[in-house]
Amino acid sequence: MKRDTLLSMLHDMLLARAFEERAAQEYTRGNIAGFLHLYPGEEAVAVGVLHGAEPNDYIVSTYREHVHALVRGVPAEKVMAELFGKRDGCSGGMGGSMHLFDQERRFMGGYGIVGETYPIAIGIGYSIAMQELPEAVICFFGDGAVNQGTFHESLNMAALWKLPVLFVCENNRYQIGTEIHRHSAMTEVYKRACGYRIPSEKVNGMDVLAVHQATRSALQRIREGTGPQFLEVETYRFRGHSMSDPGSYRPNVEVQAFKDEDPVTVVLEESIPDFPTESQLEALGRDNIVHLTGHMRQQGYLEMEDVTRMKGEISKLVDKAVDFALNSPEPDMHDAWRALYCNRGQEVLI
Amino acid sequence: MSEETPVWKALNLAMDAEMSSDDSVFTLGEDVGLYGGSYRVTQDLYARYGEWRVRDTPISEGSFTGLAVGAAMAGLRPVVEIMTVNFALLALDAIINMAAKIPFMSGGQFPMPLVVRMPGGVAKQLAAQHSQRLEHTLMNAAGLRIAVPATPQDAWWQLRQAIRSNEPIVLLEHELLYFSKGRLDTDLPPPPMHRATVRRPGKDLTIISYSHMANLALKAAQRLSSEGMDIEVIDLRSLRPIDWDCCVNSVRKTHHLLVVEEDCGFAGAGAEIVATLAERCFPDLDAPARRLAGLDMPTPYNGTLETASIPTTAAIMDTVRQMLVPGEIS
Repeated sequence: MKRDTLLSMLHDMLLARAFEERAAQEYTRGNIAGFLHLYPGEEAVAVGVLHGAEPNDYIVSTYREHVHALVRGVPAEKVMAELFGKRDGCSGGMGGSMHLFDQERRFMGGYGIVGETYPIAIGIGYSIAMQELPEAVICFFGDGAVNQGTFHESLNMAALWKLPVLFVCENNRYQIGTEIHRHSAMTEVYKRACGYRIPSEKVNGMDVLAVHQATRSALQRIREGTGPQFLEVETYRFRGHSMSDPGSYRPNVEVQAFKDEDPVTVVLEESIPDFPTESQLEALGRDNIVHLTGHMRQQGYLEMEDVTRMKGEISKLVDKAVDFALNSPEPDMHDAWRALYCNRGQEVLI
Repeated sequence: MSEETPVWKALNLAMDAEMSSDDSVFTLGEDVGLYGGSYRVTQDLYARYGEWRVRDTPISEGSFTGLAVGAAMAGLRPVVEIMTVNFALLALDAIINMAAKIPFMSGGQFPMPLVVRMPGGVAKQLAAQHSQRLEHTLMNAAGLRIAVPATPQDAWWQLRQAIRSNEPIVLLEHELLYFSKGRLDTDLPPPPMHRATVRRPGKDLTIISYSHMANLALKAAQRLSSEGMDIEVIDLRSLRPIDWDCCVNSVRKTHHLLVVEEDCGFAGAGAEIVATLAERCFPDLDAPARRLAGLDMPTPYNGTLETASIPTTAAIMDTVRQMLVPGEIS
C-alpha cells in the first residue's frame, strides 16, 4: 500500500477523533442540541471501508454518521454547521446530527430509524443494476439493527436480484444499552447473511488495514457482478450510545480494556508516543491505529514529525469548522418551506 | 380516443404510456409481473418491459417500498403497488419516515419522484384486515401528496401526473372501482392534479366526497332531484392538498354542507374538511355541517353488517333530507 494512502487514512482517523471530541465539547457548551451519537473507538471502520470505495459509489449511513460523512469528503465545517443546525450545514440545518446528506458526494443520508438503511441501499443498488452501471452501494448499520424485519427482507431481495450492495455491520456489541448476548440469539452476525447466500466474513474492526483489505476484496467481487457482500466488523465505542447516555451498563474494566488498546489517544497526547514492537502488536491483537502506525513505521513511512504536523493541521481544521458553524446564519422558515417543496418545480397543484 | 373504459384499464394505459416514454419509470410489488397485478393494472407490462422494470417482489412491504425510496434518490421513477392499503401499514416507515421526510431533512437536495399505488376500501366481505382505508393516517404526514381518483378519466391522468411529479404521491384506488366503466378521453388535457371537480352543480346543499363515495353521492343527488332538492356534488380528487377554493365557493352558494366518507368518521378526512370549512365559511352556513362516515368499528365480515357499517346511497339521501327538511328528522 502506498505511503500517501496510509498517511491519508491515519489523517482521517485522527480527524475523526478530534472532530467527535470537539463535538462533545460543543454539546456541553450548548451549541449542539438534540441527540448526538459519537464515534470514538470505531474510526478504523469508517476509514477502512470508505478508503476502499470509489467516488462513484454510494454511501448509506446511520444516525452515528459524522465520521462516515467526514471520511467521505464532506467538509468538516459543513458537518459541524449541520450539528449546530445552521444554514450552511450539509442539510441546511433541517437534518441535524442524525441526518447528514451530501448529494454531490453520493452521501445518501444518515437515518434515525434503526433498520432504514437496508431498503434505501438496495433501492440505490436496484437503480445501479437496472442501468448496468459500474457502481456499488455501501450500507452501514449497527449490530442492534440486525433484528429489524428490514434486515431480512432487504438481504433477501439483494441476494435474489444480485444487487451491488456491500452490507457493513458495525458491531460495537451494544444496541444502545443492551449487550449483544442479550439482544441476539445468533451473536455472530455474519452468519445471518450466510442464510441468504450472501458471501460474508468477520473482520477485526480495530485493525484499519484489515477492514480496508476486506472492503477492497468485497467491492471487487461486487463489481464482478456476483451480487451483495457482507462484512461484520467488530469494533467498540468508547462513549455511551449518545451524549445523554453515560454508558453505565458497561463495566469499567471492559471500557478501559478497549481504551488501553486505543492508539489514537496516544498519538494525540503531547508526549511522543512509544510505538510498540511487532511482537507487542501481535500480543495486542485487536488494536486499530497501533496496527496502522506500527505498520507505517515498519515500512519507514512514518516519522513522528508527520504525526505532530498532522495533529496541528487537524486541530486548526476543527477550530475552523467550529468558527464556521458559529458564524453561519440560522435558517429561517423560508428555508424550511423551500426544503419541503424542493421538488415541486413548475407543477400546478390546484 | 373516447370510449367506455374500466378504471383498471385506464391505469394500465397510463402506466404503459409513462413507461414507454421514460426509461427511468419502473414498477414493483407483489404479483405485478408474471401474474399481471391483482387488479390487472400491470397486465402485459412484464412482457413488454422485462423484469427489471416490472418487478415481482417477495412479500416484504416495508423493504420494497423503501427500495423504491432509495431508487428514487438515485434517479429512477418508481411506482410501487401495495397489494392492498391494509398491507401498507407495514410500509408506513418507508412512506412516512423516509419518502415524506428525506427531501426536507436533506435541506432540499434529494427529489422523491415516488408513486405508491394502493387498492383499498370496503369491497365485498373481505373482513376487517382487508377492508379499510388509511387516508386519515396518510393525510397527517407532511411532505406527502394523496390523490383519490374516482373515474377512469381521473385515474388515467392522475397516475400519469403522479409519475411525472418529483414529489412522493400516494394514489388511493378503490377496489370496487377497478371494474367500473366510464368515459376515457385521452386527448383531453389534464386538469391540475389536485383540483377538485363539481360533478353535479346544485344550489340547495353541498356534498363533498371522494373516490367510491363520490359516485354514491352523485347517485343520491340525482335521485333527490325528483324530490325537489338541488344538490351540488364535489369530488375532491385529492386529499392532500385539498382544493379549498372549490369547497368554499360551493358552501357559499348552497349554505349547507355534508361530507361523505367511507372511512371511520373519528379524526378522519371528514373531520378535517368540516373543521376547515367551519373556519373559512361559518357565516355562510345556514345549518351545522354534517358528516356521514363509516362506523367506528372494524369492518364486519357478515354482508348485511358490512353494508350497515358504511354509507350507502340511501343513507346519504336520508341525511340530506334531514338537513334540508328538519321536520323529517327521526
